[in-house]
Amino acid sequence: MYPKDYRYSKEHEWVRVEEGVCTVGITHFAQDELGEVVFVELPEVGQSFDAHDEIGSIESVKAVAEVYTPVAGEVVAANEALVDAPERVNEDPHGEGWLVKIKFSSQADLDELMSAEEYEEFLTSGG
Amino acid sequence: MSEKPALLSSPLHDRHVAAGAKLVEFAGWEMPVQYGGVIGEHRAVRSAAGLFDVSHMGEFLVTGPGAQSFIQRLTPNDVAKLTPGRAHYSGLLTTAGTYLDDLLVYRLGEEEFLLVVNAANTQKDLAWLREQLDGEVELADRSMDYALLALQGPKALKILQPLTETELSAMRYYRFADGVVAGCPSLISRTGYTGEDGFELYLQPADAAAVWDRLLETGTPAGLVPAGLGARDTLRLEAGMALYGHEIDDTTTPWDAGLDWVVKLDKGDFVGCQALVAQKEAGTERRLVGFEVEGRGIARQGHPVMADGKRVGEVTSGTWSPTFEKALGMAYVPHSLAEPETELALEVRGKLLTARVVKLPFYKRST
Repeated sequence: MYPKDYRYSKEHEWVRVEEGVCTVGITHFAQDELGEVVFVELPEVGQSFDAHDEIGSIESVKAVAEVYTPVAGEVVAANEALVDAPERVNEDPHGEGWLVKIKFSSQADLDELMSAEEYEEFLTSGG
Repeated sequence: MSEKPALLSSPLHDRHVAAGAKLVEFAGWEMPVQYGGVIGEHRAVRSAAGLFDVSHMGEFLVTGPGAQSFIQRLTPNDVAKLTPGRAHYSGLLTTAGTYLDDLLVYRLGEEEFLLVVNAANTQKDLAWLREQLDGEVELADRSMDYALLALQGPKALKILQPLTETELSAMRYYRFADGVVAGCPSLISRTGYTGEDGFELYLQPADAAAVWDRLLETGTPAGLVPAGLGARDTLRLEAGMALYGHEIDDTTTPWDAGLDWVVKLDKGDFVGCQALVAQKEAGTERRLVGFEVEGRGIARQGHPVMADGKRVGEVTSGTWSPTFEKALGMAYVPHSLAEPETELALEVRGKLLTARVVKLPFYKRST
């Protein structure tokens, strides 16, 4: 269920690292809790954030969830396809439902994140 | 670790689990909020039919000499107009004319009534009614003696008719009859909370699963799906129907909520009557309106209506509408902002959303 090469935050975001750039999204658990996504609010390319800053929100029929960046850095891409197809967050949360790409500035932020195994453990223990 | 009181389970609990329902706590019960998804269930109700388990609702039997006077005294609508086999929508009001609950009153017989109340208010309503009892009127809490299924949608009649000998097309809206559904005794009423045609089936709890199964067996080929509380809320909101704890509560009167038609001031005295007469003369300070958000974002209960940097009103309910594919809601606003097409500013998480006042209901069925 949870890709082994991703890392995970307690706020139910995942991170995939490729050459200094992190792709960030929300996990299957998070989209399931939210329900059917109808609006996604994303940051602008070029914006910089500290780790754990709020970078946007995901709104479903019944609820809204803030999205936090697990890593500090600069936004180099935002998944504009989600404006017209927000349901991708539900249908493919670990793939096509990605939210932003961030050029990250500190390895330390990544080291704080959980492995897939740790995240699954976190979920079963009521995280 | 703290101990929580156990949640009540519907007689259909196992069916919900088997159907893949997401169960949530609601009014002390564990109930299905959705099966496949709110949007799909909502659209199924509008185009075919949905089957809801609402067994958590409260039911009280009021009988004996003086039963009619008792209910007449405690509700604003005119019970004298009900003949056996007719029901109406009403309220339980305080002496201030504000809502303790909204409810349906069914007249079963000359001095025999069934009151159907919100799950969340069952104990509160019971305590109030018991306090007000006088003479020989008997009040019995029959909430645990009924399972309640709501079959709602344009295909509801077509799906239910093969399972009962009761002539459903002869049953008008807000009428009911004792019948048999799938071999099980049922009070069948042409009522609902979705803005579609439909029937509510009051059953013995032990029969609920059998009736549920037969309805789905007959109805699935016609497009029937099980539907949960999530869709129930988006449907009633589109239909402009009030939900206790949102549009109505113990700070709102029927005038505030646009429920003037529920109040029959000339029927005789009732609890809250004097306060309502006074408020009618003085005029209300606010109006309940419908609104449509322009652009992205959803305004929900509690979000302020802002004007000139000040809070002037509040959203009572809001959601994303599967039928209209935009964010809709209801809000209390000052009279000056209540005209259709008026622009409203709604504060949502620190930002102002623009919305437009729209006449209620948003949705009205064509048949």
